[in-house]
Amino acid sequence: MAGQLSRRRFMVYSLAASTLTVAAPLGCDAEPAEGVERARKASDVLVTGADEEMLVLEVTEANKVVVRLPRVEVGQGVTTAVAMMIAEELDARLVDVEIPLAEARTKGNQYTGGSSSVSSLYGPARQLAATARAKLVTAAARRWNLPARSLRTWNTRVIAPDGRSATFGSLTASAAGIQRPAVSSNPKPASRHRVIGKPTTRIDARDIVTGKAEYAGDLTVPGAKPTVVARPPTLGGKIVSVDDRAARAMPGVHAVVKVAGGVAVVADSFHHAFKARDALRITWAPGPLASLSDAAIRSRLRAAVPRLPAPPRGSTQVEREFEFAFVSHAPMEVLTAVADVRAARAEIWFASQTPMDAREAIASAVGLPASKVRVHVVRGGGSFGRRLNHDAAIEAALISKAARRPVKLMWSRADDIRHGRMRPASHHRIRASHAGGRVVAFTHSTASVSESYDGQGLSAQGGPAPVLAPQGGATSALARAGGPLPSDSGLYNFGRVGGDGGSVDLAIPLGAWRSVDSGTSRTAEEIVVDEVSRSLGKDPVAFRRTTLRSKAVKAVLDKVAAAGHWGRALPAGRAQGVAVHEEYGSCVACLVEIDARDPKKPRVTKVVMAADVGTAVNPRGLEAQLMGTAIDGISTILTAGLHIDRGAVRESSYADFHYARQRNAPLRFEAHIMPSRREPGGAGELGVPAAAGAVANAYARATGTKPRRFPINF
Amino acid sequence: MPSYSFVLNGKPVTVEAPADMPLLWVLRDLLNVTGPKYGCGVGVCRACTSHLDGVEIQPCVVPVADCVDREVTTIEGLADGEKLHPVQQAWLARDVAQCGFCQPGQIMAAAALLKRTARPTDADIDRIENVCRCGTYSRIREAIKQAAAHEHE
Repeated sequence: MAGQLSRRRFMVYSLAASTLTVAAPLGCDAEPAEGVERARKASDVLVTGADEEMLVLEVTEANKVVVRLPRVEVGQGVTTAVAMMIAEELDARLVDVEIPLAEARTKGNQYTGGSSSVSSLYGPARQLAATARAKLVTAAARRWNLPARSLRTWNTRVIAPDGRSATFGSLTASAAGIQRPAVSSNPKPASRHRVIGKPTTRIDARDIVTGKAEYAGDLTVPGAKPTVVARPPTLGGKIVSVDDRAARAMPGVHAVVKVAGGVAVVADSFHHAFKARDALRITWAPGPLASLSDAAIRSRLRAAVPRLPAPPRGSTQVEREFEFAFVSHAPMEVLTAVADVRAARAEIWFASQTPMDAREAIASAVGLPASKVRVHVVRGGGSFGRRLNHDAAIEAALISKAARRPVKLMWSRADDIRHGRMRPASHHRIRASHAGGRVVAFTHSTASVSESYDGQGLSAQGGPAPVLAPQGGATSALARAGGPLPSDSGLYNFGRVGGDGGSVDLAIPLGAWRSVDSGTSRTAEEIVVDEVSRSLGKDPVAFRRTTLRSKAVKAVLDKVAAAGHWGRALPAGRAQGVAVHEEYGSCVACLVEIDARDPKKPRVTKVVMAADVGTAVNPRGLEAQLMGTAIDGISTILTAGLHIDRGAVRESSYADFHYARQRNAPLRFEAHIMPSRREPGGAGELGVPAAAGAVANAYARATGTKPRRFPINF
Repeated sequence: MPSYSFVLNGKPVTVEAPADMPLLWVLRDLLNVTGPKYGCGVGVCRACTSHLDGVEIQPCVVPVADCVDREVTTIEGLADGEKLHPVQQAWLARDVAQCGFCQPGQIMAAAALLKRTARPTDADIDRIENVCRCGTYSRIREAIKQAAAHEHE
C-alpha cells in the first residue's frame, strides 16, 4: 500500500500573462522544468513561453478557472476528479472549473493509463490551486487595503469581513502581478476538505444526457469527409489486386486509396462510404495466421508454460490449469480519427491515452517533423486500454495524405472486433502445496500470446507494440509482463512463492486490457485459493482471513462478507463467491451471488464490493469504476471472448461478442469505500480480478463444476 | 436524388438522399445531429436509439424513406427547452454516465419504455438491449425506477 500522507511540496510557477496563470510540473518527479532556475520560493519564478510539462491553471476575466489537462477522459471521470481538486483548494464553485484536454506535448507526463491519473495529479493540482488562491486573496487585500489574513474565499469569490466580495475574474489581472502572496499557499489539510471525498456528479453529465458531448466522430472539421476501410477477411491479410472502378463511379465518392490495412474510401457520408467499400472488388492474400485456429493456439500456449519447480517434500498438491480466450476491448465508440495532413503540416483529432507517442508515430508515418504535427485530444467513448494504441490515427493521417484532403476515418464495429486489438489469450498452471493444514508453497507459471511484427503490415498500420514503459514513470501492470508474476507480491502467506512466464509469438494485434495481466493471472489465483480452502476443509472467507498478509485487504474482505451476508443459505443452483485483489496502492474485495440453475444461462444477481484506494477523491466516480469492473468480471468469465478460426476473428459485433447487457447485470450492486486519509492510489482497473474471481468461484460453487476455460459459455 | 421531408425534433426538415440511406447517417452526416451514435450499424448495440412517432427505433437500420411525414425525435429533442425530460433528470441524479457514448440511446430507450409501461418491473428493464460497455447497468436500472416514480408524483 502507498505510504502515509506525504508532506512533499510540489513546485508551482507563475506564467507571464495578463491573467493569473500558474503552472506545476508534471514529470516523473517534482523537479523544476528545464531552463527554470530553482528559486527560493517556486511561485516567485516567472516562466515565459509554453506550458510544456506543466499542469497550467488560468483564472479568466469571465470568472472561470481553466486547467488544460494532459490526460484523456474516456469515462473514468478524471476531468471531474481534477475539477474537484481545483475547486477544493480555490474554494471555487465546481461549475466555474473547466477541464479541457491538452493537445499533445513534447515533454512531461501525458500518459493516461496504469490507473495512475488521480495519484499523479493529486499533489500538483492541489498545490497549483492553493497557490492561485493565495495570489487572488493577496490581490483582494491590496484592492481593499485589508489584511490578507482577514479574507476568505467561497464560491469563486474573495470575501471581506464586512461582506464585500470580488469574483476571482475581477481579481485575476492584479493577481497576475503578485510575486509573493501574503497568505499561505499550502493545500488544505484533509480534515478541511469539503469537495474532495464528497460524492459528486460528473461535470460533463448534462452534456452527455442532452447529446451535446462531442467525440471525434461528432467534430466538424472543414472538409473532413467520412472515410471507411475495406479490410481483409483474415488478420494481416494483404491486397493482391483491387478493382475500384465501380466504387469510384458511385455517387458521393471522393477518393479511393490503398493503405497498409486495406483500401480506404472517402465519401460524402458514411452511407456512401460503406456502399462504395462494398462495391470494391479486392483479391486478398491470406494473412500469416491463415492456417491457425483456437485449438492450435491453445495447445501452443499450453506447451509454452514453463515447468513448475518441484514441490516441497511431503506436501499435498492442488494443481490446476486455466485458459483464457482473447477478449476485445470493444469500446462503444469505435476507433475514429479526423486527420488533415498537408504538405508542410498535419492536424489530427482523436481520443488518445498516449498523445505524445502518437504525435511522433504520426509524424514519422507521414514524413513530417513532429513539430509540424498537432494532435488534439478528444474525449473518448470508452477505452479499457484500447486507446493506448493509435492505429486509427496513423491510418487516418496516411489516408489524408494519399487522398490529399481532410478525412474523418471510422472503423466499423466489425473492423474493431475482427482486426483487434485484444487481450491476449493465456494459459496458467498454478500449484498450491499444502502440509499440516497450511500452504507452504505457491507457484504460478503462465504463457500468453505476444504480438510479433512482420515489419510491414500490423506495425505499419498500428504503430509499435503497446506502451510498455509509459512516460512519466507511471507504473503499469504491463511493465511486468514477462517479469515477476502477481503472486510474487505475496498477497497471501503461502510460504515459498514463485513461477515463470512464457509466450507464443503470433502476428495478432494485441493491447493492454483493463487490469492487464492481473485480469487473468490474479483471477486464476483467486480460483485456486478457493479450491485450496475446499481441499483443506475451510471456508473460503475464513481461509483468506487467516492467510492474507495485509490488514487493509482483510478489512475489505470483512466488509463484503458482512455487507453481503457471506454464508447465508441459498437454494440449490445458487451460490456466493468471493475474491480479493491488491494493486496500484489500493485493494478491493468482491462478493457475488449467482443464479446458475441453468448453467448455460447463469445470472449474477448481486455484487458487493469494498475498496480501499486511499483518499477517494470522488466516491461516486469510484463506485462507477467498481461497477464497471464488476461487469467486466461477469462478461469475461461467463460469455465474452473471441474465437480465432483459420486466421480470422469469428465474432464481428455485440451480437456474437457477448458482453453483458442489462439482463446479465446484477439486480443489486453495492460498493463500500473504506475511509482513508492516505494519498490516492489507483482505482480504474482495480476491481477486475476480484470481480472475475468472485464470479468464477460463485459459478463453481453453484454448479459443483470446476471451471477451467474462460469464458465458460463460449 | 430524391428528397424526403419529415419532422425532426419538432421542426420540419427536407433532405436529398438515396432512399436506402439509413436515418442515422442522414441525421449525423447531412443534418449534423450527432446525439445518436454509431456503435454497430446493424441494430444490435442500440447506441443510436431514437424515436419515430414516439416509438423506439434504431436509426442505423431504418431507411430515410420510411420516415417521410413522420416525427423523428433524437436525444437533442427529448428535453422541453432547458427543462430536462424526467429520464434525463434521473440520469443526472444517479450520475449514470461514464464515457457517455451509449447514454443518448439508453435514455431514449428508457423514455420509450416508460411511455409503454408506466411502472416497469425488473423484468421489463432486463429487456432493454442497449449495450453499455462501461457497465453502468445498475445505475440505469435505478434511474429508470426513479423516473417512473417521479412521473407518478
